[in-house]
Amino acid sequence: MATTAVPQTRVSLTGNDAAAEALRQINPDVIATYPITPQTELMHKFAQFHADGLVDTEMVLVESEHSAMSACVGSSAAGARTCTATSSQGLALMLEIVYIASAYRLPIVMPVVNRALSGPINIHCDHSDAMMARDCGWVQIFSENAQEAYDNTLQAIRIAEHPDVLTPAMVNLDGFILSHTAETLDVLDDEVAHQFVGTYEAERSLLDTDNPYSIGALFLTDNYYECRRQQQEAIANCMPVVEAVAREFAAISGRDYGLFDAYRLDDADLALVIAGSTAGTAKVAVDQLRDEGVKAGLLKIRLFRPFPAAQIIAAIDGAKAIGVMDRAISYGLDGGPLFHEIRSAAYRTLDAPFASYIYGLGGRDILVEEIVDVYRGLAEVAAGADASQTRYIGVRE
Amino acid sequence: MSDEKTHPTMYTWKTMPRGGIIPKAGNAAEYRTGAWRTYRPVWDPEKCIHCLTCWILCPDSAIQAEQGKVTGIDLDHCKGCGICAHECPDKVQAITMVLETDAEDEDEE
Repeated sequence: MATTAVPQTRVSLTGNDAAAEALRQINPDVIATYPITPQTELMHKFAQFHADGLVDTEMVLVESEHSAMSACVGSSAAGARTCTATSSQGLALMLEIVYIASAYRLPIVMPVVNRALSGPINIHCDHSDAMMARDCGWVQIFSENAQEAYDNTLQAIRIAEHPDVLTPAMVNLDGFILSHTAETLDVLDDEVAHQFVGTYEAERSLLDTDNPYSIGALFLTDNYYECRRQQQEAIANCMPVVEAVAREFAAISGRDYGLFDAYRLDDADLALVIAGSTAGTAKVAVDQLRDEGVKAGLLKIRLFRPFPAAQIIAAIDGAKAIGVMDRAISYGLDGGPLFHEIRSAAYRTLDAPFASYIYGLGGRDILVEEIVDVYRGLAEVAAGADASQTRYIGVRE
Repeated sequence: MSDEKTHPTMYTWKTMPRGGIIPKAGNAAEYRTGAWRTYRPVWDPEKCIHCLTCWILCPDSAIQAEQGKVTGIDLDHCKGCGICAHECPDKVQAITMVLETDAEDEDEE
């Protein structure tokens, strides 16, 4: 922990309000947005800041998320620091333009308040929206609580706008569980936050008629491939930037972030990998099991795109069984998306058995006892029990 | 058809302008759309009466003319639509469309 952190203010905010607070301090030039549960209150709060004259932002209130992201693309291409936020169906509707924002290398920042995708229609938390967007070329960061939603949003703008990256970033926070639950968190003084986020000077602006450029040209068989290959390199460049920005943030906040968070993992026999608020629940389960003498440990996903595969494998190396809990299904594939990424990364590196768990779809509660049971099952897997089939936690059989 | 034929410079993924932007204005002429052509207009200066109908109607400004007289066809930008040959007066027929591959064979001979 850094010890030189400047004074901060302890406040009680919901996850939505915490992310809105970060956006207020970022003070974007443009926010184009459309309401969708459970994100609505986030932009509602920001609109209040706007109405109160606390930000210089131009708010563009559009007629759909497709238009929101389209307006963001135009605004960012014009050189403006640009943000939006969405959830679930909103992300699905804007997805066409989400891919375009990253291909044009526009550093837009977007909190995504994670909610199940329809159908059947549901408003509660799971990660199917984030996983739907995992190949869209955006940086993706997961948050465990309101503090992280705030901290990650502030860091995301620095990561996205870094000259080596220039790639848009999503900050995931669990719908309702985080977005609508008040927690205490520490917020930076405005002056400190403003200094941290700095100002954004875009290299080019579509409004600069002395230096005209075209964006969005047709790239056929001759050039498209080179563009996409370059994009892969840009997002890979993100890894050291995420770490450098985290170090700088730790110096002003006292809160350390890495590519992921390892909780009692060093000597763990049973390692569990989780993204989002459930990681907090799992920490309680880990503590209970440790009290019993069970060597349980947790790896909490923070950076999901780019995926820090080698670093994650190094952190879980030594575990006798590794479980991955997904709050999303990749339909037709046995095992969740996170499970497959981690097990693939372990190919020819780790000998330990892997087990896949699906949980919490459509906001189904996940309890400490259920995670304790996952660890107990994982102990059996370590002892040789079959783990070839995905387990569905909390579903009525 | 090779890509080199359509572009004066081919970017690698490392040299490609970031985000696939086109970083300067007024460069459409550098894109040699003539490589798209299936049929090539062959112009016969002996038959041409320099009415300039083809020059007016060519959608790619590929008919070259100087001081009111046709001087040739810009094959780097002619897409081979054949409007010039079609519009050339029936009594003149100074432009004929030839299969590009045949024309290329002839070029080589």
